Amino acid sequence: MSLLSYLINGISLGSVYAIIALGYTMVYGIAKMLNFAHGDVIMVGGYLIFTFVSTLQLPVGLGIVLAVVLCTMLGITIEAIAYRPLRNAASSLAVLITAIGVSYFLQNVALIIFGANTKAFTSVVNAEPIKLFGDQITISGETIVTIISCIIIMTVLTLFVNRTKAGQAMLAVSEDKGAAQLMGINVNGTISLTFAIGSGLAAIAGLLLCSAYPSLTPYTGSMPGIKAFVAAVFGGIGSIPGAFIGGIILGIIEILGKAYISSQLADAIVFLVLILVLLIKPTGILGKKVQEKV
Amino acid sequence: MKEKKISKNLQDNLITIGIVVVGYVIVTILSASGVLSNLLQGLLVPLCAYIILAVSLNLTVGILGELSLGHAGFMCVGAFTSAFFSKCTEGVITVAPLRFILALLIGSLTAALIGFLIGMPVLRLKGDYLAIVTLAFGEIIKNIMNVLFIGKDSAGFHFSMKDSLSLNMEPDGMVIINGAQGITGTPKDSNFTIGVILIVLTLLIVLNLINSRDGRAIMSIRDNLIAAESVGIHITKYKLMAFTISAALAGVAGVLYSHNLNSLMATPKNFGYNMSIMILVFVVLGGIGNIRGSVIAAVILTLLPELLRGLNDYRMLIYSIVLIVMMLYNWAPNMIAFRKRMANRFSKKKEVA
Amino acid sequence: MALLEVKNLSISFGGLRAVDDFSVSIEKGQLYGLIGPNGAGKTTVFNLLTGVYSPDEGFIHLDGKDITRLRTIEINKEGIARTFQNIRLFKELSVLDNVKVGLHNQYHYSTIEGLLRLPSYFKTEAKMNERAMELLKVFDLDQEADYLASNLPYGKQRKLEIARALATDPKLLLLDEPAAGMNPNETKELMETIRFVRDHFDMTILLIEHDMKLVSGICEELTVLNFGKILTQGVTSDVLNDPAVITAYLGE
Repeated sequence: MSLLSYLINGISLGSVYAIIALGYTMVYGIAKMLNFAHGDVIMVGGYLIFTFVSTLQLPVGLGIVLAVVLCTMLGITIEAIAYRPLRNAASSLAVLITAIGVSYFLQNVALIIFGANTKAFTSVVNAEPIKLFGDQITISGETIVTIISCIIIMTVLTLFVNRTKAGQAMLAVSEDKGAAQLMGINVNGTISLTFAIGSGLAAIAGLLLCSAYPSLTPYTGSMPGIKAFVAAVFGGIGSIPGAFIGGIILGIIEILGKAYISSQLADAIVFLVLILVLLIKPTGILGKKVQEKV
Repeated sequence: MKEKKISKNLQDNLITIGIVVVGYVIVTILSASGVLSNLLQGLLVPLCAYIILAVSLNLTVGILGELSLGHAGFMCVGAFTSAFFSKCTEGVITVAPLRFILALLIGSLTAALIGFLIGMPVLRLKGDYLAIVTLAFGEIIKNIMNVLFIGKDSAGFHFSMKDSLSLNMEPDGMVIINGAQGITGTPKDSNFTIGVILIVLTLLIVLNLINSRDGRAIMSIRDNLIAAESVGIHITKYKLMAFTISAALAGVAGVLYSHNLNSLMATPKNFGYNMSIMILVFVVLGGIGNIRGSVIAAVILTLLPELLRGLNDYRMLIYSIVLIVMMLYNWAPNMIAFRKRMANRFSKKKEVA
Repeated sequence: MALLEVKNLSISFGGLRAVDDFSVSIEKGQLYGLIGPNGAGKTTVFNLLTGVYSPDEGFIHLDGKDITRLRTIEINKEGIARTFQNIRLFKELSVLDNVKVGLHNQYHYSTIEGLLRLPSYFKTEAKMNERAMELLKVFDLDQEADYLASNLPYGKQRKLEIARALATDPKLLLLDEPAAGMNPNETKELMETIRFVRDHFDMTILLIEHDMKLVSGICEELTVLNFGKILTQGVTSDVLNDPAVITAYLGE
């Protein structure tokens, strides 16, 4: 019985990782960069909802919408100011280091505004827990909402990429920026859109994460962010279903690791997974091999 | 012509080392005349460690062209293994310099070994994997050091990941690594002079490496991997060589750092992500690939916030802005073109005048 | 026996046969041309010869030794060096150091000898400098030895790439569109340089080129590729007058 409840918790945590991993994987696929600041947008999302709902006492729905809109704008701004100028830089390290700078910047701005103390985040999920097997297993409302949100997001996003013009433009840009431009696709606009979607999702991930683990600090986003990146690599970076599968598997590994091996070493186990994946199949489960043109 | 080339390198390197020596002399004089505050005095050895770290990270970032975000982790490995050794052998090896040299070897070799083990799977891959794996490594090492307990009694070493009581030691036992409390009472075998000597050694190693057959091979991989392969350069070998040496030097910084502290703890501040980022800021501000720049940037950025105490709350924020602005200024193609245009305009104006 | 003996080389990329049943035999000291329309698979042949890709079928013998499926660096050690269509220099290294990277496997001292600056370091470095300057002089680049490679004008960058390839002491030199982007004067000069390299270094050269003046001016034999297949092969003047070749280039 306990194994089943661990698995459900794992899927729930994995759903959050999957939503975050989507942001990494889409940006990596299209802009060919590792957006280090992605995890910190989650943290910003968390603080925004905290401010709107707990401090300003706005209605929950309005608070969520505002947070998503603001995070989307934040994502677009970061891309335009810090990343776009470096898109054709001589070294790929340039944009990576800048992204680290942005990540660090967001953390420290949050530190100055909100302080280092942990904020107790009140869950914004309002759903009854489900009891199974005559009360032996309780599935919390947060868990249910997280898993359902993840499934909805995955479905909508897959439909968006495959069925809409903007989604097809994204695929084209990720295949070949130059050719896409020649075909009349607005490359800058498409990359902005990708950052917008990724950052909006990060806000939702922040909300779900903080509802499930109700403590908020300026560093809340960095660890889940890194783990979600591991999930994206695991599933095959650049692949939307890969992000989903990678996220769920990683969530389960982490919860089982915590339960059966050691709670202090759970993070280490997750990173061990990364190293093993890189050793055995660097392209991940669903990734494709890219060969540089000589 | 060719002699000129060798001597030009030599001259360049001598200037860099000269700057360090002059700095040492000035600080020693100031220190003797009592001008330096206690606070600054206490900062001297850590400053030396930061300089070594910055030079070593520049070897990875500027010369190899990969990003390591776990340099504080390698420093942590060097610090703890060497402090462990020195504390264990304090009663056995009574000659402090000898003990320190052995500690130095142990700290740097362990860090090198771990660098090698991490680099082996990761450096074969293209992309930004080294950054994320080293970042993960740094955090893991810090976490492990916070739950590791090692004690020693007449029966030998005891080890636990729970608490010091679970070590089950005889009454004569001594806890050496005490979880989050770390190692207390490491012999104070390092000082500012030793720190400067280690800086000079680090500079010699890195600069001599750069201006050698191996160094050219490493930089050729950075500049164009496919071309390097086509002229017979063994990619993995040279990537690993650079990264392992870089990890070993970060270990040296750790040894220096730990042997100046009464109590060595793995906190986010000294061995965490923040430290790795701080060192990266030194490297970026001093110029990626510019070894002398790293030394100077480390000195300025360590001393400046101490002199301007009021800025301390904003120190990290300023670092992050420095990072973003410097990268955009130095690497954005439009910015480079703009700077060239400006430079041309200025030089033309001069000609007219 | 021919220096380079290639038989039935084929490779497919996702169903597309990029190179199909390619065979060629090049004698020592020959200047051999590989021509064909864009996308005919010429550069893919170079990538197969240098181990960037591994062929699905066929074999490559160099100087009697089977080098099929060896890795790029091993093939370089066996004696094939190349240049690239889109120039690939070590941009942040000096012109001299670019050539010295090419000399890497000819001159040795250990890492320790280098770090400790033992006499062997200075001796070997001096020898490397001397050899590198010799090579640079051949290409009239010795005045620019201290420049960063990226600061050279385009034509000289192409020459530096050839110098770097020669530094690896190859038996066979592959040049991928050496005259691309050059003006007629530069091309003329390049033709003389290529001939000089062949005579002076006793080199065998296989080159890909679109500039027909260069091809007819210096290549002794040609292979024409079209859609991955060999269209015709033989002495330059015969091949260039072959109606099939003219059709392939000009269309029906």
